[in-house]
Parts: sequence; C-alpha cells; structure tokens
Amino acid sequence: MRLSRLMMMMLAMLAIGMIAAACSSDEDEEVDSGDAGEVVASSDTLKTVLDRGKVIVGVKDSQPGFGNLNPDGTFAGQDVEYAHAIAAALFGDKSKVEFVVASAATRFELLSAEEIDVLIRTTTWTSSRDIDLSSSFTATTFYDGQGIIVNADSAINSINDLEGATICVTTGTTTEVNLANGLAAAGVNYTALTLAGDAEINEAFIAGRCEAWTGDKGNLAGQRSSFPAAEGGPESLRVLPETLSKEPLGPVVRDGDTDWYDVVQWVVFGTMAADELGVNSGNVVAMAANPPTKDIANLLGASFGGAEPSNFGTSLGLSPTFMQSVIGQVGNYDEIYERTIAPIGLAREGSLNASWLDGGLIYSPPIK
Amino acid sequence: MFVFYMANKARELDDLGFDFLSGSGDFPLSTQWLTNYDANDSLLGAYGAGIFNTVRLVIIGIVLATVLGVLAGVARLSSNWLVSRLATVYVETIRNTPLLIQIVIWYTVVFLQFPRVENAIEFGGIFYLSVKGLALPSLTIDGSFGLWVIFLIVGAVVAFALQWWLHRKEEVEGGSRHAVMWAFLLFAGVAVVTYLVTGTPLEPDTPSVGITGANIYNVNGGIQVEPEFAAVLLGLVIYTGAFIAEIVRGGIQALPKGQNEAAAALGLSAYQRLTLIILPQALRIIIPPLTNQFLNLTKNSSLAVVIGYPEIIFVGNTMINKIGHAAPIYLMIFGTYLVLSLVISVAMNSFNRSVQLAGR
Repeated sequence: MRLSRLMMMMLAMLAIGMIAAACSSDEDEEVDSGDAGEVVASSDTLKTVLDRGKVIVGVKDSQPGFGNLNPDGTFAGQDVEYAHAIAAALFGDKSKVEFVVASAATRFELLSAEEIDVLIRTTTWTSSRDIDLSSSFTATTFYDGQGIIVNADSAINSINDLEGATICVTTGTTTEVNLANGLAAAGVNYTALTLAGDAEINEAFIAGRCEAWTGDKGNLAGQRSSFPAAEGGPESLRVLPETLSKEPLGPVVRDGDTDWYDVVQWVVFGTMAADELGVNSGNVVAMAANPPTKDIANLLGASFGGAEPSNFGTSLGLSPTFMQSVIGQVGNYDEIYERTIAPIGLAREGSLNASWLDGGLIYSPPIK
Repeated sequence: MFVFYMANKARELDDLGFDFLSGSGDFPLSTQWLTNYDANDSLLGAYGAGIFNTVRLVIIGIVLATVLGVLAGVARLSSNWLVSRLATVYVETIRNTPLLIQIVIWYTVVFLQFPRVENAIEFGGIFYLSVKGLALPSLTIDGSFGLWVIFLIVGAVVAFALQWWLHRKEEVEGGSRHAVMWAFLLFAGVAVVTYLVTGTPLEPDTPSVGITGANIYNVNGGIQVEPEFAAVLLGLVIYTGAFIAEIVRGGIQALPKGQNEAAAALGLSAYQRLTLIILPQALRIIIPPLTNQFLNLTKNSSLAVVIGYPEIIFVGNTMINKIGHAAPIYLMIFGTYLVLSLVISVAMNSFNRSVQLAGR
C-alpha cells in the first residue's frame, strides 16, 4: 500500500516534469505537441505579426539609455528605438508596437512561449544562450562590457582594492559569472550579493549593504545618470577602469524562423548602413528621390540611373521602401545613439560603438 | 496513459538528462550553511548549497514560529485585556497581508536601515549589528573536544544514577533529598573539572571588525546572520506564527471548559493548568493543522528569492539562466520540496500518533 502510493506520487511528479519539458522546449514544434494552439504559427512569425497589425517586443523598463519607462508611461532607449524601427519597417508606422516588460530571468521564456515576437532587452549574445536556449541573436546594436561602480569618495580605484568587499549583482545574468571569473583572476576574495533587479540593488547599495555594484557599463552609466540627487546624484558614483567581459547586446528571436530573423537583422543593419552612407532622417526624402549612389538606392529601394529598384525590401516580404520609413521615422544608427545612449554619458566617438569607418565595430554587411 | 505519452514525448525532446549538472557552476553564492561550494564546483554542488540554505531556514523557522504561535495563541485567550488585544492585532494584521510584501518590508525598511559596518551598533565588543548583518560570538572546538564529550556523557550517566538513587530514598524514607539539585551539581562539577583537565577544548570566537582592500569594513569571526537570511526568517516566523496562534487558540477553546475549572478546583496555578492540563490535551487537536502550517512555511521559504537569499529556487533560477534545461531543473526543485515536505509530514504524523489517546 505504502509503496504503491509512493509510486503514484513519483509518476505524478514525472508527468508534471514532462509537461514542463513539452512547454519549455521549442526545438520540436510539431502540430501534435500537446499544447498546440498558437505553436503551429511559430514558424511564420512574420505573417503572424503582419496579420496582427503590431509587433510585440520584450524590453526593459529600468535602464536609462536602453529600455526605460518614462514617468509619462512611454518607453525610451536604444532597444525601444529598434522596436519602433521594426514597426516602421513592417507597417510604415513606428507606433505599431506593443511593449512587454521582460525581466532578466523570464525573458527567454517569454520569447519561447511566443508572448513576444522579438526580445530587445540588453541581452548578451553568448554561445550557450544561442545554442541551448533555442534563440537566435540577429545583430549587435551595442558593444558593452562589464564594469564595476563604486562610491566616488571611496578609496577603491581598481578591482584589486575590492578585497573583502560585498558586490551587488543582478540575478540571472552573465554578470554573475564574469564577476566570479574576473575577481578570481585578480586573486580578490569578495562576497556577491545577488538581487532581483536594479531597483533592489540601488536600495542595497545606498544602504551600504554592498561597496560595489557590477553590471554592463551601459547599464551602470544609465543607473549613474539617474542616481537619486538626495544620495548625491551621478557625481557621487565612479566607474572603475577595468572591463571584465565582452557583452554584445542585440535583438533576439526564436530559432528556426529565418524569414522573421532576416527582417529583424536587416532592419538593424539598415540603420547602420544608413549611418555609413550618410542617410539620416533629415535627408532621406531627398536621397530617395534622387539617390547619389547605387548603394543608397539599394538601401532605400529607389531606382538609380534608370535601373530597376533593388529587391531588398520585397525579398524580405516587406515594402520596397521600408528603409525610408525606418530612417524617416526613427533615424539611422548614429541618430538613435545620440538620442538615447549619449545622454547617459557614453560618447560614441572612440568607443567600440563607433562606425567601422571611425575605428569602431559598427559595421553593416553590404546591401546588394 | 497520459504519463506514458508525456514520458515518450520527453524522450523525443531529449531534454530530461541530468548530465549538465556536472558542469561547473561559475556563479558564487552569498550565503552558505554547512556547505562549502565555490564558483569552480559543479552545478550539483550549487544546488546542494541551495538545499542546505532552505533547510536552515525551515528548521529554525519552524521552531521559532511554533514558539511564537503558542505564545500568541495563549495570549489571545488571556484575561488581561491589553495582552489579548495585542495578540489579536498581531494575528489579524499579519495573516491578512501578503507574506511577500512583509519580507520585502523587513528587508528594506528594517535590515537595510542599520548603520554601515564602520558605525556598527556594538554590544560589549562581542555583538555587532550593521547593514551587513548581525555578528554573534560562537565557540570553536579543538582536538580534545571529543575526549571532553566522553567525560560529559559519563558524568551525565552517573548524575542520572545519583538522581534515581536519591529519588528512591525519598520514596522509601520520605522527606526531600533534593535529588535533582545534587545530580545537577555532580554533573556541573564533572563538566568543569574535565573541561580544565582536557585543556579547555572550547575557544570563544568573538567577532571583530576588520579592514581589507581599500577601506572595506567587515565584521569577521563568530556567527554571521546575514540581513537577507534574517529578513526572510523573521518574515516567515511572524507570518506562520499568526496562523499557528489561531490553531492553538482553536485547540484550547475546543476543550470543555470544565477541564480548566476542575484543575483550578484542585488548586493548580494558572501556569500549571496551562502546561499540565490544557496544552497536553489541546495538542491532539492542534497537531494536524500545525503540520499544514509547517508545510506552508517550507514552501513559503521559496519567497526568499526576492531578496537574494540563495535557497533552492534562487539557485535553480540562476542555473536555468546560465545553461537552460528548465524542465529537469524544475523537476529537481519539485522533487526537493516534495521530499522536504514528506519528511516533515512523516515526522509530524508519527508525533501525532504518539500523543493520541490509546484505544481511540
């Protein structure tokens, strides 16, 4: 009797585990997988999105410069601008976006459960995420690196001064691992205090629970810029010079949906190409009417020298002039950067995020 | 049928292997109890440390919640107006608000408001209270500790024998021989003498403030109670205590009034009536619902994740974020809570059987 009850319990346990397995893995999206429903449509996100009339994007709501919720309820930041760029490309109207706030821990579940079409939430491109989490990274919109922030009046000037320190870190991020590796390499003993998000860390840091706070430098710059004035404002914080990791951030889509992947990827590359070619929101109309070069004509879907316009847009399943909408309504990479990231104190010039023409890493494959 | 279908499905998905657990964790844990995991150890080691952190919370939480609940439950029935009202206010405010909010409030409004370590509140140089936690003195043992324990056991046996012998003498000859007192004195004497003979095997370990790196203050040594642990523990104890108080009150009120009155007629004091007559009988009614509360506390301990106390869910989430494999990890978490809860159930059920009236 006792034994059979135990057996029942184990079977029940197993059953629930299986359900979880079936729900969380999207490598195997057959029509017959128990929870079919919308799953069938997953291989054609582009069609789903176009039919729906808006794109649903997972963003962050607490990171100035990237994804931040304004007091008036609107979202702002580079990630948000790219969401608008995708909407402009799909519908010719950058406002056709629905934002879903994704946390660090739930973002991949939101994506694989098809709650969102694309995840643009300062997500670091790593091999294990790309391979194991059934997601595909489209392009890098910001080359970040992990840094450490401390109180400006503390005596901590490098990571070697952190012996014995408690360092606050966000849970469920690559920063935890980088911190462990970076400080182990420096031979520094520390305690990591892992908290759920930036707001909690802010609280703990202000209280003195941790002496230092680690995160991507883009994030730290944003947190610094919005550090409460009552606690000393941005001037009371200082970022240490070391960079602990490579953090390429960019939009993520589900695996196995190449049409949608291509759309997201080429919208991003399109903004970079426009930056390289000198096309911006101010001159895009004039450039489209009378493109000065073949490359610009290809990008904007305009005809050059009497030849047929390129099929850049139509081959993606979009309007031939989709990049005109993107650049006209959102802008090129540089305009987006200057509007969102430059204000939090990260200059583009001389950084990894400068155009390749200026020695940076922002580079679009050729459009032809 | 369904189970077999799902099992087959999972095999197709090939996502129920646990091989990934031998990979290195790479992430540190802020708090550990009895375990010695570091970032180079395997994920299984990290998960084990998470289990111990949960068990620590559950064991201490259950003991303290029971004590608080019994006190509050008895207080609600007190004839003292102030005491019963205070207990009522406690029970009604705590059990009618979400535990999650209470834990966050304990953490941010109480524990994060203590001074920084350099200005720590200090009691006689042995207790330190700061935003980095509470540091208490502890004892460390050295090599001859085992020998001393053997002496203690021998002393205890002899003391019990003495007590038994004196007690028999009392019964046979009448009068009081102070059996317990003599036995205790004998035991204390043996303990002190052998402690000195074995070369004082216990060393006090008092915490002290240390400065490392660039003016980074820490309290080192002794027992460290981290603010995250303290906040979750306090939240769980106070929340569960409110429910236990109601169970205790119900158990006492379910007894016939005559029990208390008869005990009073025999001349027992209020304390004796409570501890000898009322509570032992109420216990039979209290235990089954009390078991539920212990199980609730065990499962509620997972809320510790919100303030970064590295218990099972916290470690599981970090693992999932690092390497994926959500299904097997959630299955592990599921199984772990199931085992913890079953252990508590089995223990409480056997305790329940032992206090029931024979023949009922």
